[in-house]
Amino acid sequence: MGFFQDAFIYLLAAVVAVTASHRLGLGSVLGYLFAGIAIGPVLGYVGGSETESVKHFAEFGVVIMLFLIGLELEPQMIWRMRWQLLGLGGLQVLLTTAALTAAVMAIGFSWQAALVIGMTLALSSTAIVLQTLNEKGWMRSRGGQSSFSVLLFQDIAVIPMLAILPLLAVGAPVPVDGAAAPGAHGNMLDGFPGWFQTLVIVATIAAIILAGRFLVRPAFRLIAAARMRELFTAAALLIVVSTALLMDLVGVSAALGAFLAGVVLSTSEYRHAIESDIDPFKGLLLGLFFISVGAGIDFGLLFSEFLLIIGIALGIILVKALVLLALAGIFRLPWQDTWMFGLGLAQSGEFAFVLFGFAGSSGALAGSLVEILILAVSFTMLLTPLLFILFERYVVPRTVSSVSRPADEIPEPGTVVIAGVGRVGQIIARLMMAEGYKIVVLDHDPNLVDRMRQTGVHSYYGDATRPDLLEAAGLAEAQVFVAALDDQDQQTAMVRHVAEHYPKCRIVARAYDRHHLYELEKAGAHAIEREAFEGALSLGKRTLRELGLHPFRAEQKVRAFRRHDMQTVDVLRDYWTGGMGKKYLNAVRERLDELMQVMRSDRIAGRNMPDREWTPPPAEDSER
Amino acid sequence: MAHVLVLFAHPRTDRSVANTALVAAARAMEGIELVDLYGEYPDFDIDIDREQERLVAADSIVLQHPVYWYSCPALLKEWQDLVLEYDFAYGSEGTALVDKPLLQIATCGTAREAYRKKGKYENELRTLFSPFEQTAKFCGMRYLAPFGVFSAEDAAAEGRLDAIVADYRRLLGALRDGTLDLEKAEAAVLLNDALDEAIASEAAAE
Repeated sequence: MGFFQDAFIYLLAAVVAVTASHRLGLGSVLGYLFAGIAIGPVLGYVGGSETESVKHFAEFGVVIMLFLIGLELEPQMIWRMRWQLLGLGGLQVLLTTAALTAAVMAIGFSWQAALVIGMTLALSSTAIVLQTLNEKGWMRSRGGQSSFSVLLFQDIAVIPMLAILPLLAVGAPVPVDGAAAPGAHGNMLDGFPGWFQTLVIVATIAAIILAGRFLVRPAFRLIAAARMRELFTAAALLIVVSTALLMDLVGVSAALGAFLAGVVLSTSEYRHAIESDIDPFKGLLLGLFFISVGAGIDFGLLFSEFLLIIGIALGIILVKALVLLALAGIFRLPWQDTWMFGLGLAQSGEFAFVLFGFAGSSGALAGSLVEILILAVSFTMLLTPLLFILFERYVVPRTVSSVSRPADEIPEPGTVVIAGVGRVGQIIARLMMAEGYKIVVLDHDPNLVDRMRQTGVHSYYGDATRPDLLEAAGLAEAQVFVAALDDQDQQTAMVRHVAEHYPKCRIVARAYDRHHLYELEKAGAHAIEREAFEGALSLGKRTLRELGLHPFRAEQKVRAFRRHDMQTVDVLRDYWTGGMGKKYLNAVRERLDELMQVMRSDRIAGRNMPDREWTPPPAEDSER
Repeated sequence: MAHVLVLFAHPRTDRSVANTALVAAARAMEGIELVDLYGEYPDFDIDIDREQERLVAADSIVLQHPVYWYSCPALLKEWQDLVLEYDFAYGSEGTALVDKPLLQIATCGTAREAYRKKGKYENELRTLFSPFEQTAKFCGMRYLAPFGVFSAEDAAAEGRLDAIVADYRRLLGALRDGTLDLEKAEAAVLLNDALDEAIASEAAAE
């Protein structure tokens, strides 16, 4: 099959299946899995060997996902999570391995084989779980955070597991070479003693951290200054690929390397720009990964050993879920989070393909057993979206109705996203910071962003008119969006986009003049100020005082002027048709005449004039 | 020579002939500090520390304002609410104002006769000002009978203004020089009536 035909089949299957599963409320993961099953086992378009190569390619999706997760996690946050990471994650891996190993031994396997199986199955699917948690918006809940801790610990635990697998091989020691394990196949340190390998790994990690700190930012500044978007995307991908490659070379999980690189860059001002540029790659590659899992299912073996495979799969889920629920109890997770945690992580993950493949080739497990286990693992992954649906249908509705008290944790207070930090945006940013609000600031001038960072403002580089960047800055959860761009047309377009896509977010906008104010109103802004209006009034007040007016008198004059001008804005709105027609100009002239009268009057005939304050009553009625 | 602080509150001095004359007179006197509250705080953003420092530095305090709705203009009320803080003006540590005389000088739109028991307002000026008196007492101050400038708008036209300014200068001068008999000033209903009696020596006036 030619490349175009391949691409056509994969894309068509993905588009059709994912759209359908989304429609049915099943989430994207199940859709991709079914797309894989459709083009693989059912229609026979792609066979076993092809899925292998696709899988290798698709594992890059997992790498990118971990990089993006790293980007979301600032180092302090990981430090705050350290007990959860070690406690919850460590206990999950230990207890599940122990339980599964014991179960396998009970059937009559040797302890070595049982241990290989036990620890491999203890690992859950980072790809499925995180994708689902993100999609459903559960990532910030306690259940989501706990799940994440466990997954992160598991990713780290893969490294020692790969190390002890060969030691558990019962038969003759097989040279470590042909295994499908990324990070285990023929890395350049094979011939060296253990201490040296460790040293090189530590040095590599240090190099990544140092490069991320001191090399990447100036490089990105140069690239950003070129204002070429594809160049920026290429650079972001380059970072992911290079760290993955580097970690792979020294024999550490590429995904873990990418995660590390993400964490290092999480405090950089380019975080949101990188995120929004790379995110589509993650989605597609992960999709490819899930398709390959579906396509790889050997239906022949499945049908001949159907009950055995289903039994193993259900057994895995049962044991894992029980351990997870017990842990959730020990760590006192709330009811809903307990079930999210317990059901969500109960499958075995993609690492099983890698570890079982490695175990098969290193002789730790028999080849036929490996195939059956891989099928069972695929089945647990296939069942996971269903478990999430179970959770959504039966656990969530119950807890929602019983929650009358405020939620235990409010993960983040209402945030303010400020687009544009020129003269206007900067002042707003400082005010919000001083008030203790969490703010995210976007600007397309790298130097400005740099300066804001130095003063301690969370600032990010990027074109604020780009929808994906606005999304990455967290507009979905922001309470207020401040549009403070210089360029009038960009400002209006941006406000229109935000108003359409984030109806819950209040929009505060800076207008250039009265016409721009009307445009922004039409675009959907909620609160608008003409950028120079208050400043000019202030200067006008100072001018009146310099002319000898009493300060309070000057204050009153300015108030009267402001009031009249606000009314003018209201009156002229009806005559404004996107430009200045004849009627509009006439109305402007009328208002101007009226203003003259208002400002000069000092209690003339009527009492409706703005200047009527503290006027003594007429002589004939002179008491109050 | 004691230091007299005059806190002047009028939102429209430009329209008050009487107050313009009185303010000019006070400004010309030595030892009298006149603060135009509406001039200093046109946006009502009162600097509390600064106002308290002024009070501490003063030996006696004068509130000068027109009568609006039987009381003072808004900014002077705001000033009281903000400046007379706990542990400054009252409370166990709040002794900054103890024993300092407080005098109110009020310009009224109506004649003296309205401010009598049987007059139009059924109350003496001092009775109507009882919130001020109570506030002063609460802060340990000596509340003197108020000094009224009645029918202030017509004072100039009727030729009374010069006499009023002279009385005003005499009063501030006596306060400054310690020649005002505080007990008599406290006891009076209206200071205008007890002025000659309460000021021991005429030599104090400049």
